[in-house]
Amino acid sequence: MMRLELVKRPQRSALFSALSPFMAFVLTIIAGAIMFALLGVNPLTAFRIYFIEPVSQVWQLHELAIKAAPLILIAVGLSVCYKANIWNIGAEGQFIFGAIFGSAIPVLFPQFEGPLVLPLMLLLGMVGGAAYAAIPALLKTRFGTNEILTSLMLVYVAQLFLDWLVRGPWRDPQGHGFPQTIQFGDSAVLPELMPDAGRANWGFVFALIAAVLIWILMSRMLKGFEVRVLGSSPRAGRFAGFGLNRMVFFAFLLSGALAGLAGISEVSGAIGQLQPVISPGYGFTAIIVAFLGRLNPLGIVAAGLVLALTYLGGEAVQSALGISDKVARVFQGMLLFFVLGCDTLIHYRIRLIGLALTKPEAAAKLEAAPKLKEAR
Amino acid sequence: MKKLLIALMTTTAAFSLAASAEAADKLKACWVYTGPIGDFGYSYQHDQGRLEVEKALGDKVETAYLENVSEGPDADRAFERLAREGCKLIFGTSFGFMDAEVKVAKKFPKVMFEHATGYKTGDNLGIYNARFYEGRYVLGQIAAKESKSGVAGYIVSFPIPEVVMGINSFMLGAQSINPNFKAKIVWVNSWFDPGKEADAAKALFDQGADIIVQHTDSTAALQVAEERKLHGFGQSSDMIKFAPNAQLTSLTDEWGPYYISRVQAAIDGTWKPDNVWLGIKDGAVKLAPYTNMPDDVKAMAEATEKKIAGGWNPFTGPIAKQDGTPWLKDGEVADDGTLLGMNFYVKGVDDKLPQ
Amino acid sequence: MDITVNILLTIATAATPLLIAAIGELVVERSGVLNLGVEGMMIMGAVGGFGAGYLTGSPWIGLLAAIAMGALFSLLFAVMTLSLATNQVATGLSLTLLGLGLSGMMGTSFVGQPGERLPNLDIPGLTSLPVIGRLLFGQDPIFYISIALTAAVMWFLFKTRTGLTLRSIGDSHASAHALGIKVIRYRYLSVIFGGACAGLAGGHLSLVYTPQWVENMTAGRGWIALALVVFASWRPWRVLAGAYIFGAVWIGQLHAQAFGIPVPSQMLSSLPYLATIVVLVLISRNKRLTMMNTPASLGQPFVPDR
Repeated sequence: MMRLELVKRPQRSALFSALSPFMAFVLTIIAGAIMFALLGVNPLTAFRIYFIEPVSQVWQLHELAIKAAPLILIAVGLSVCYKANIWNIGAEGQFIFGAIFGSAIPVLFPQFEGPLVLPLMLLLGMVGGAAYAAIPALLKTRFGTNEILTSLMLVYVAQLFLDWLVRGPWRDPQGHGFPQTIQFGDSAVLPELMPDAGRANWGFVFALIAAVLIWILMSRMLKGFEVRVLGSSPRAGRFAGFGLNRMVFFAFLLSGALAGLAGISEVSGAIGQLQPVISPGYGFTAIIVAFLGRLNPLGIVAAGLVLALTYLGGEAVQSALGISDKVARVFQGMLLFFVLGCDTLIHYRIRLIGLALTKPEAAAKLEAAPKLKEAR
Repeated sequence: MKKLLIALMTTTAAFSLAASAEAADKLKACWVYTGPIGDFGYSYQHDQGRLEVEKALGDKVETAYLENVSEGPDADRAFERLAREGCKLIFGTSFGFMDAEVKVAKKFPKVMFEHATGYKTGDNLGIYNARFYEGRYVLGQIAAKESKSGVAGYIVSFPIPEVVMGINSFMLGAQSINPNFKAKIVWVNSWFDPGKEADAAKALFDQGADIIVQHTDSTAALQVAEERKLHGFGQSSDMIKFAPNAQLTSLTDEWGPYYISRVQAAIDGTWKPDNVWLGIKDGAVKLAPYTNMPDDVKAMAEATEKKIAGGWNPFTGPIAKQDGTPWLKDGEVADDGTLLGMNFYVKGVDDKLPQ
Repeated sequence: MDITVNILLTIATAATPLLIAAIGELVVERSGVLNLGVEGMMIMGAVGGFGAGYLTGSPWIGLLAAIAMGALFSLLFAVMTLSLATNQVATGLSLTLLGLGLSGMMGTSFVGQPGERLPNLDIPGLTSLPVIGRLLFGQDPIFYISIALTAAVMWFLFKTRTGLTLRSIGDSHASAHALGIKVIRYRYLSVIFGGACAGLAGGHLSLVYTPQWVENMTAGRGWIALALVVFASWRPWRVLAGAYIFGAVWIGQLHAQAFGIPVPSQMLSSLPYLATIVVLVLISRNKRLTMMNTPASLGQPFVPDR
């Protein structure tokens, strides 16, 4: 019988901060090798296709950027919320409302063209996401309603609202009755970065810019200090004169706006029209990304890319080796667990204690005690 | 370190060589599914078709698939990946993949593409679909014969033409037997929530329906019918195992024969993009054995099935729209374009479509 | 009359899995741990319950297997968050991802197979009583378990010493530890209890609600259960009320559709979620009560110092 025991380090270990992702990777490789071998697949082949191929072909790098962009954009916004100890888990809904608000221009005014269209759409997208996030913020500050519940419930409402919209009033009249809006005009489409090489669009650039801006905000500006103080100790924050209610709104509006921006970027960049379903759960996956990136905007960029890679890799082994979607999902889960587990080493040392050993150890302690006294 | 790298690279090279050598003398056919193949419904039936291809064509063909692919950028990537990985013939099985498939097909002119239930075609992109409404007409007739209350409960997923067409055809079949037949309609707004389908079935039975029809995939509704000792129809696959006393018949999707013929054509080099709408006569739409009904009803159903296989279309006039305005004149047959974009109800349907 | 009884029975079936999973999560959160992996544990319970029932032919063994599977799966979360002090939110979400994948893998051969259904209670003389007979004496066994479980958890948390200890850990693990309470051990047991409940809730889905196995068959019910705990401000009887309110609106909207009410179905489908928000706003206006019941150390990792 063995027991784990954590011993807190005096300060966070810079060594393990850098090392833990690699340890996690090695552990994932070992566990993954066992799993693939059990399934009768050569682990070497599987790993090559899973990890190497997606980053060794240009078109796949573009796909990686497309997949990571919304995850990063949403997650950096959420990181501010979570640092402030505010629990917005409804980013998926804010993503959808951003997409709806932004799409209003190309859907309702298709004749409106020119260079103004896109900036306006992006702006409206942010407004939409922020407005939808304002609901849980308002309910929390006005009535003390728990934001976990309200933001989560509003996700379902947003999904159903979008569904109604694209099947009802916003449906493309020429679309043979199928549930989608008209294709956006050229000036309403987010341009691709390098059209000859792949499909990645400006959404990825937005994600990087947002990450840098939030990083500056959090580490270099007073507001970031306020977020951290209120998050770790609301009482201390109040003494310092920081308003908790203002912070709730700030965090929700900021994260909502970024989720909304992600939504409209996705629709106008990668999809080109509104559909009943526009997100395979980005808003929820982004929560994992936020924590995987240790709530640090730059860490989130890395985490977003890694998670996107696991999706791409999962598809690659599926089509190339006939490994089912489920196996890829399990492998992804394993990777996440190892990463989270290895991060423990940053703050703690781990000691393995055999229960059999505890008795002599205790005896040794007892023996040591009188000696200490004597020494005194 | 260097040695290790070289060793790694050579093994990698060996693997990719082996892979391409294998691909050379086999045709690689690939599928993209919208749901998990374990849904025992739509995606499951398509995958059964893929397995039939493997069985029928043996070592002449190699297959691959991607499941659980969502619409949007994920779909674009799925098709591009398959095209790049050497798939020569790719089937996209969901309407939502249409634009993704159109885009990727343009980019890979040498790869053959087929898209189910859409309407956009291209030089290397064909479309295929099945006339499930033909079967639904038969279901309507059986329901009208078997129902004591004259009311059926109809569980539906989302208002798309395919579903609306099905409701209309069912009602036309039912009204051909009982002009006052009614159907209560419940939208569950999901392709995939067995619990909600069961709840919907219970609600419909509670409100007086005594036969359940569904355009959703799970067996949940039929299981409720079995429990309540009432009747219903299966969907996508034969569900008799789940409801031995309740299932009257089941409207099943049989994609196998079509897939085999298309893959064979690709192997022979005779594949051309096509626009096919298969029906009962092609064996793509099948009605599971008629059970739990008297012989005369069974005979009637079989006769109707035969009539439809012979070329008769359930959407043959005179048919009026829901508000009573005439749609088809006596003897006039609906054209496929109108059916594929169907967005209105025929007379007697008790529901309102979102406009 | 008959239709009312039928509707009530339908609501009970819809509410039962939500109630059980939420009661389990309530105990977990009362001990100060936030496990967002309810959906994952539930689906594991569903596949375990179906599989065991299908392979042995006994739904009762299926029931036990569902509980065991949920508990076992939650152990993974416990080791990660309690022994390794990982972030609870991220670990819980990863648990859900893993559960959805793993259950799909395990359930491949169960697809398309009819399962075993747990029989409803049938007491001669009582079940056939008019109106109350079927409501009180004719439901499935898990329904009775869910009610008993709610009462038991209520009694345990508020009437026993151990329950008091558990709540004190949730309020301040540091002071509890200072008093010599074994915080980690309590939390391990709470998390496993929560997992067992989530597993049982999943078992209800695959053994009673819809006796079959299909991937992702929980369809988001674990998330609703999580929301209900918050809705109830961590009080068991309010979880019961919340689950039944949600179930009633859920079933009510389907009846409204069947009745032919000319309102877009999407709007009706969103009613349960909106209703939950509105009711919570109404009750949470009493801020003090909510604050009092919120476990203060919820979601914070705890590592005993030496």
